[in-house]
Amino acid sequence: MKSLQQCAAERILIIDGAMGTMIQRYKLQESDYRGERFKNHHSDVKGNNDLLNLTQPQIISAIHKEYLEAGADIIETNTFSSTSIAMADYDMQHLAYELNVAAARIAKEAAAEYTAKNPDKPRFVAGAIGPLNKTLSLSPDVNNPGYRSVTFDEVAEAYTEQIKGLVEGGVDILLIETIFDTLNCKAAIYAIKQYFRQSGRPELPVMISGTITDASGRTLSGQTLEAFYISVMHAQPFSIGLNCALGGQQMRPYIEELSHIAACHVSCYPNAGLPNAFGEYDEQPEDTAHIIEDFAREGFVNIVGGCCGTTPDHIRHIASHVKALQPRPLPKQEPTLA
Amino acid sequence: MSTTTTNTDTTNGTLVIKPYLRLSGLEPLVVRPETNFINIGERTNVTGSKKFARLIREGQYEEALSVARQQVENGAQVLDVNMDDALLDGEKAMTTFLNLLAAEPDISRIPIMIDSSKFSIIEAGLKCIQGKCIVNSISLKEGEAKFIEQAFICKSFGAAVVVMAFDEHGQADTLEKKVSFSHRAYKILTEQVGYDPQDIIFDPNIFAIATGIEEHNNYAVDFIEATRQIKALMPLTRVSGGVSNISFSFRGNDVVREAMHSVFLFHAIKAGMDMGIVNAGMVQIYDEIEPQLRELCEDAILNRREDATERLIAFAETVKAKGKAVEKDESWRNGTVQERLSHALVNGITDYIEADTEEARQQYPRPLDVIEGPLMDGMNIVGDLFGSGKMFLPQVVKSARVMKKSVAVLTPYIEAEKQKLVEQNGGQIKSAGKILLATVKGDVHDIGKNIVGVVLGCNGYDIIDMGVMVPAEKILQTAREEQVDIIGLSGLITPSLDEMVHVARELKRQQFDIPLLIGGATTSRTHTAVKIAPEYDHGVVHVLDASRSVTVTGSLLNKALKKNFLEEVKTEYVKLNDNFRNKRPVKQYLSLADARKLPAEIDWKNFTPVKPRKLGVQVFRDYKLADIAPYIDWQPFFIAWELHGKFPQILQDEVVGKEATRLYNDAQAMLQRIIDEKWLDAHAVIGLFPANATGPDSVQIQPENGEPVQLEFLRQQIKKAPGQPNFSLADFVAPASTGIRDYMGAFAVTTGGGIEKWLEKFKADHDDYSSIMLKALADRLVEAFAELMHERVRKEWWGYASDEHFSNEELIKEAYSGIRPAPGYPACPEHTEKYKLFGLLDATANTGITLTESLAMYPAASVSGWYFANPASKYFGVGKIEKDQVEDYARRKGWTVEEAEKWLRPNLEYDM
Repeated sequence: MKSLQQCAAERILIIDGAMGTMIQRYKLQESDYRGERFKNHHSDVKGNNDLLNLTQPQIISAIHKEYLEAGADIIETNTFSSTSIAMADYDMQHLAYELNVAAARIAKEAAAEYTAKNPDKPRFVAGAIGPLNKTLSLSPDVNNPGYRSVTFDEVAEAYTEQIKGLVEGGVDILLIETIFDTLNCKAAIYAIKQYFRQSGRPELPVMISGTITDASGRTLSGQTLEAFYISVMHAQPFSIGLNCALGGQQMRPYIEELSHIAACHVSCYPNAGLPNAFGEYDEQPEDTAHIIEDFAREGFVNIVGGCCGTTPDHIRHIASHVKALQPRPLPKQEPTLA
Repeated sequence: MSTTTTNTDTTNGTLVIKPYLRLSGLEPLVVRPETNFINIGERTNVTGSKKFARLIREGQYEEALSVARQQVENGAQVLDVNMDDALLDGEKAMTTFLNLLAAEPDISRIPIMIDSSKFSIIEAGLKCIQGKCIVNSISLKEGEAKFIEQAFICKSFGAAVVVMAFDEHGQADTLEKKVSFSHRAYKILTEQVGYDPQDIIFDPNIFAIATGIEEHNNYAVDFIEATRQIKALMPLTRVSGGVSNISFSFRGNDVVREAMHSVFLFHAIKAGMDMGIVNAGMVQIYDEIEPQLRELCEDAILNRREDATERLIAFAETVKAKGKAVEKDESWRNGTVQERLSHALVNGITDYIEADTEEARQQYPRPLDVIEGPLMDGMNIVGDLFGSGKMFLPQVVKSARVMKKSVAVLTPYIEAEKQKLVEQNGGQIKSAGKILLATVKGDVHDIGKNIVGVVLGCNGYDIIDMGVMVPAEKILQTAREEQVDIIGLSGLITPSLDEMVHVARELKRQQFDIPLLIGGATTSRTHTAVKIAPEYDHGVVHVLDASRSVTVTGSLLNKALKKNFLEEVKTEYVKLNDNFRNKRPVKQYLSLADARKLPAEIDWKNFTPVKPRKLGVQVFRDYKLADIAPYIDWQPFFIAWELHGKFPQILQDEVVGKEATRLYNDAQAMLQRIIDEKWLDAHAVIGLFPANATGPDSVQIQPENGEPVQLEFLRQQIKKAPGQPNFSLADFVAPASTGIRDYMGAFAVTTGGGIEKWLEKFKADHDDYSSIMLKALADRLVEAFAELMHERVRKEWWGYASDEHFSNEELIKEAYSGIRPAPGYPACPEHTEKYKLFGLLDATANTGITLTESLAMYPAASVSGWYFANPASKYFGVGKIEKDQVEDYARRKGWTVEEAEKWLRPNLEYDM
């Protein structure tokens, strides 16, 4: 079977779309989220989408399959918030490891089913590592800019637990995504490096995807795009890219810039446009696909897909639009300064 | 944002990534072969700076930060931070300081060098820094195992490392040891740890020379030679060092020390030294060192004479007493008149401009030479700085003020000369180009257009500014008479877009062949490409903002560039146009009948509208400006000046913060004068009336005395997710059929009264800065006034929220209940309903606001709108509508379908 690297050399790879948007379609109630196991949990858990890995695995699996059916080469595990730090919001921090293992297994099983159907198009599972609800570079207290609500060691520890769960559950890739604070991302990279060094397992490819929050062209923690890339280069990532916050249209100049500086593959999975006055995304699959097709024609990208508001329909359109287009060639790395 | 990054290279179209040392703070620092020597700021070091040590020990971190800031302002490109003090908890001090530093974007934009001899402090530092930093330092001092372990940790944080030339037995004090220790460390780092060579920086130890001890005399030479050999042996690595060590024996004698540093760096940099820890204020300019002192320093540093030390010491005695004069702010007054003019222009200082101009005039043969010579030179610097993002718009406008004042001094002489010339031989004077600017018919907004005029004027163009509400015929007539080179159109309200299309058509019909520029808040590249460009063949270009206008104009007036430029624009617009047309069919729309089945559902049975405490019309003349000012939302003010960012954070922004703060201070000062001296008249009229919905999209208002007035609204037709209503403002008023008595309100406010007189005064003073400032403030005041009146309506006169308490921030975020949509804006985009609003309120008589034929309000600083109180009411955009609704609307308004299409053009889903 072809490796991820071989597939990426041949064509533009498709990563899946939003999980949350799809879960919403099921109109799940508090009791659905709780399932039998958390029937008596002391606080509300509705909205804890990652918990569904344990209580409604068949729904998560069905969503994965919709994306695989739409043509996704890479699907993301439903683990955006599966860290002890993020799960503390629901007092479920003790479940972090278990959530990651379960989510990885669900995704892996779905991917394997589709790979078996068509071994020429192998499917990969990316373990999604989200940005956390606490940040290392910014103070939550405006009167005390030096204050931090969490330490580097705590963040690295939480990520290590998540990474362990994802790797043991069988993911093929680790994906650090929606990065708005580079220091959080660096803690995740640190955790990844330490985990593989200590466990002795072979290192998995790492995808890194940052978030430019507005037209300033900077991350929330204030870095320019190039500064951000330089700060995470040591991860020797398989890909660097952008997701969330912006639609493809707004993301274009930044993806173009990345394509000019990145030594690795470039990924891009924008939101379905900017939210409308009601906070909904209404960019149609055809529109998103047009924008992404333009990126591909310009030779900006290697991996494309969708973030908030995108659906299997978006992914299907994107996949068909970029199908015949060449991926961005990897730049040549020169050994000398001259 | 920039896509023209210079940090990668391409050969034959293939992207090539070179092994440069890449560092980052908030911004990147890429060390390329052609990069100059990198200054590492050294004052944030408790071992090197007594002041900094005291501040940290006493916990005065605010002031400690200002030490860091000073370093950056003095040109440090990397900041060295050292907390190695026996009396300090070094880990804690490092953490606290770096965390605070992260909140200071003007400092943290540059990379940090974590400097400590204790690795635990380095590790603490690494955990606080988001950028790619430098660790200073690790070494083989404690053996290979420890070195490798520490290097692994640095690598997992992505840090570059400084390696000191040590081994297990001590510091490298000879040339051979400096090189061999460095090479040994290199092999371990690259082969065992996997370090990239470009992330390794060697510090081959700078020791003091001229100490009187003979063995020390060759230390500088050794360092310089070691640098040369290290760079030859390991070409991707970098060399750094602590420069001030070299002059340690001359402590207290800054003149000699500065000269030594400069001479040492001159030679070390030539040998390949890339960076150094330097007090930027402690380096003399090599060429400016007194020749005798320079000679002595070279002797000592290059170890050229046996008596070099004695001779340098002897010289040092003679200069010891002399201090260094502090540069005063007014020192620029000592320059030549050309230098003074240039300084005044770049710094926007008008204090001496008249005298300086006069002085220059007497020096040059012709008055015009002053403009074409020193003034244009100065403005070119301004243009370059602005173009490269080193200057911001408010500064440019101030520069323009200086320019205009200077030109005003010269104008009478130029006119006299011109007169003479014309009399003699009918000669003419040619400028860089003539540009006509106008805000189109029906529109009164001109802040952006004026800024463009100023910026272009600065660049040597003749500007013919026709002002506001200029009909197409007049624009064309003037363009012909004045033989202008370019026409620029501006507009803010949506009907202006159609007027621009009209001007383009007229240009074509009258066979013009000069380019047309399009600008203004509602204009867009897409609109220009889709609607305007196809109407005119000789170039239509959308100009996003003032800073773009210069390059666009430059390209258009350069014969060599023009053709290509226009072709590029045309290709782009054709593509945009195609994209636009190809993309359109994907959105789905409901029929009007179906959309009306999905109104915003309000449970009228269980809702009793609050009856206003005071029905009817109330007029407020000469409202106190001091009461209005606290309601100002400052964010749009900065946007008007093309400074983008959130208020108040923008005042601290690392790029525009300084200028934003200055602008804000100027604004506050003018605002105070506006209030104290009552520059502007604020008038308001509000009315609250019984009202009921009488149709799906119609509401009938019943004034106290007089005929009922029927308002017509539009409904969203885009297909939405199940359960989402298709809004119309009529949904928020109880239908007559419910039998419930409901209410609506209307308002019109202005703060533009009396503004003309001040604008004329500023014009006479050639003071565009104040003119634009006043208009921007009037705009803010009127929005604030609308906010204030809305609050009083909610709390007092309608009284449905008499107990609400919101801060100004919450008001700006519209945390309150009820809305005040304005005709012509997204919820009710059709402008002519404003006639009804003005009729209900008798707004023109009561406030002095008049309506233009495009329904813009004059004075420009005016706002009007409807009040809805229902808690379910919310802002929305009608969006695109289909023909069935246009036909229905035409019926309701008593229009033909064509008339309706004209007024609804921006909302039409279909092509006409």
